[in-house]
Amino acid sequence: MAASAALFDDHFIPVQGVETIPVADIAPWAMFGALIALIFLYFVSTEQGAFALFDGMYVHEFVHDGRHLLGFPCH
Amino acid sequence: MTKSLLWRGMVVGIVAAIIATMFARLTAEPQIDLAIAYESVHAAHYGDAPMPHEEEELVSRATQKGAGLLTAMMLYGAAVGGIFSLLFAYGYGRFGQAGPRSFALLLAALAFLLIVIVPGIKYPQTPPAVGSHDTVGLRTAAYFAMIALSVGGAVIASKLRAALVRSRKGIDATLLVVGAYITLVLLGQCLLPVVNEVPADYPATLLWNFRVAAILTQMILWATIGIAFGLWAEQVMRRQ
Repeated sequence: MAASAALFDDHFIPVQGVETIPVADIAPWAMFGALIALIFLYFVSTEQGAFALFDGMYVHEFVHDGRHLLGFPCH
Repeated sequence: MTKSLLWRGMVVGIVAAIIATMFARLTAEPQIDLAIAYESVHAAHYGDAPMPHEEEELVSRATQKGAGLLTAMMLYGAAVGGIFSLLFAYGYGRFGQAGPRSFALLLAALAFLLIVIVPGIKYPQTPPAVGSHDTVGLRTAAYFAMIALSVGGAVIASKLRAALVRSRKGIDATLLVVGAYITLVLLGQCLLPVVNEVPADYPATLLWNFRVAAILTQMILWATIGIAFGLWAEQVMRRQ
């Protein structure tokens, strides 16, 4: 523990008096957050590539450089 | 608590994306320009049919490099920052009692390893003019499968460790599950389809420079998320 304490020496802070955040508190926000994240990631990674909701190539061309850079398959 | 962590995670993700974009603009964009130049020379020389988007330039290069890149990075940053904060909310205090800053940093390092480095070994980031339009469906499916394998493997490894640690020392349990994770990933990499669409005369240095720039961009993104989110989460927890 001595070595890890020297590297990571910030202390554990209980959350509202308990050690963990209850799953019941996380679940609804997890659904909401995951949904938003999926929509965002879909448009960056896949729209007008492997799938297309909209016609044309505008979305693909607009996010083109980011798509290459983040490692998503492009042309 | 989750709500305040979630929106902070998304904001931190967007800020991290802006910093990463500035770095990418300086390092990766010159390589993308070179790749596009190669693409046009190649098409002219071999008389290939031009890519559909070359017939008319829908989005100018300036927009792609500027607003387009920034938008893509910010959407990505907000998405991964949000998911990161949710994992932080779940994992904090459940996997040992690390402080919020330490835990955020470890989680960010793990995310970088699991979703950037490990999938990138099988399907590395590629600049333009590598890869054909016809296989984009297969390549997308294979890439997402590789990410799912990497993340799923890590989840299995963590469950396995919890079971092993009852009868073994912590460090032995850790070594065993890291070995199990590597074995699983290697096996999956052998089974997933091989993608090699790099043209024979593609400049090797261009490929290398682009990949280094892409990986460093991701590293800056995840380092910023890990450091900034940790600081902010600590402040929120102290205040409550």
